[in-house]
Amino acid sequence: MNSVMKGAGYILVHTPDMIMHNGTTQTTERIVNPDSDYLKQIKSHLRPYDRVCAYYPNQTYIGNITPFELAKVEGPWQDLEAPTDDRYGLFGEIMPQDEFYLLIQAADEFELVYLDKDFVAGTLPKLAEDPIITEYILKRIREGVDQERLKKMVEEEGAEGLYKDDHLVGAVRRAHDIDPNLSAHVMIENLVSKASSVLALLYAVKNAGISPEDVEYTIDCSEEACGDMNQRGGGNFGKATAEIAGLTHSTGSDVRGFCAAPAHAVMVAASLVKAGTFKTVAVTAGGSTAKLGMNGKDHVKKGLPILEDCLGGFAVIISENDGKNPEINVENVGWHAVGTGSSPQNVIASLVTQPLAKAGLKVTDIDYYSPEMQNPDITKPAGAGNVPEANMKMIGALAVKEGDLERRDLAAFVEKHGLPGFAPTQGHIPSGVPLMGHARESMLKGEVNRVMIVGKGSLFLGRITNLFDGVSFIMEPNKGESAASSVSSDEIRKLIAESLRDFASGLLESR
Amino acid sequence: MSILNGKKVIIIGDRDGIPGPAIALCAESAGAEVIFSATECFV
Repeated sequence: MNSVMKGAGYILVHTPDMIMHNGTTQTTERIVNPDSDYLKQIKSHLRPYDRVCAYYPNQTYIGNITPFELAKVEGPWQDLEAPTDDRYGLFGEIMPQDEFYLLIQAADEFELVYLDKDFVAGTLPKLAEDPIITEYILKRIREGVDQERLKKMVEEEGAEGLYKDDHLVGAVRRAHDIDPNLSAHVMIENLVSKASSVLALLYAVKNAGISPEDVEYTIDCSEEACGDMNQRGGGNFGKATAEIAGLTHSTGSDVRGFCAAPAHAVMVAASLVKAGTFKTVAVTAGGSTAKLGMNGKDHVKKGLPILEDCLGGFAVIISENDGKNPEINVENVGWHAVGTGSSPQNVIASLVTQPLAKAGLKVTDIDYYSPEMQNPDITKPAGAGNVPEANMKMIGALAVKEGDLERRDLAAFVEKHGLPGFAPTQGHIPSGVPLMGHARESMLKGEVNRVMIVGKGSLFLGRITNLFDGVSFIMEPNKGESAASSVSSDEIRKLIAESLRDFASGLLESR
Repeated sequence: MSILNGKKVIIIGDRDGIPGPAIALCAESAGAEVIFSATECFV
């Protein structure tokens, strides 16, 4: 019996100051070309928090607008006003930067994060109003230090600053004097990833309607690495995140695979549950500071706001079959193998047509594909095109080649079975999984029958292999069999024994 | 005759489009000499 997806959390964090101080496009520019026009122009291209909340793709990501509704709104969306600008959505929220700095401190176990005392006093009551934030998290936030202490940390002790409207309000210190793996730069990246993952995980647990103690295993699938000089990628963001989220009965591990990691992690989680190893597994990932403003130069050049101004996070809860929630079909997954090759037709065949053939399905039997859900507002001005649409065209082209589709129907196929990208370009965050929350809602309402989640990963970026990677799986409505309602082998033996006893006693009576 | 025949080519492939090795095979089959081929991720 397949395991089910019980709930999801999707969060964004608006981090305008982190674009300049932590995004690699900007930090590189500050080293290479410190007087550049780009650096001077950034400030006038930043969006205020209310504009970020009123942005169509962001409201779609947190669940207040469905991707099916978004598909009816012609883009680009950056100049439009979404019908809602709520901070909170069906799946999560858009947290402002100042509150998130407190959450970073709550995620810190080694007194590396220091905040200005006036900043803490002014921001803590705001964070306390967020209904998802637990007492445990609030209690972890310390009173704060004075400005002079913070300045000394940043100017003399190599700490990374945390800024609000260019004012220093916090610092993240290095965790070792000489180990580059524990530098302030690495620590801020890792703590930001952990803190945003905690937020997504809290929402996933709440939305799944389970207790935090129900989660037995937590898999982190972000793109960061934690460890020291003797084990650079030692890891276990999963368990570290579960600790802060209050999942006291959970252990965990990390799954890595660049942008494909979330699809790998869901596949592993669904298999662990189906195998009976664990009853409930959480898959979670936080955001990446490095990618903030990644395409900022192109956006500024074209007079656009810097649209990569949010961290993204997601989490899903996979549990044993309850007879209700959508199933993760782990028997017909697709994977790009070492020997698959890199031609587009081989890639799409391995990820789409081969698993469908194994399941006895055609390309057109999938209602919606979720290949790479990058927001085209971000990628098109940067010259990377409309990524979800490009992937859909490739799937459609292969369907024509396989004879599942007439060539003349290709454009209609892309429109009918594809959806617009609505996820921030945070690497692993847009890779297939953004649709899972919406797909679950639509399946529970009986509006959608099958979706295919496709994760793709650029392994070659690590310069350890030249290979590409990808995996895919199908989500489908529950077949109505729950683990609780099914009959175990012990029960079958009992039933047979009872029948045999009845039969034997019937024979005795007939004598 | 192929326009690539005898030419040296530099290839930048796209993870979500046509990857470098696939373009390289086409270019080589058309008589080109591939002097650099890479696939990049633009997202």
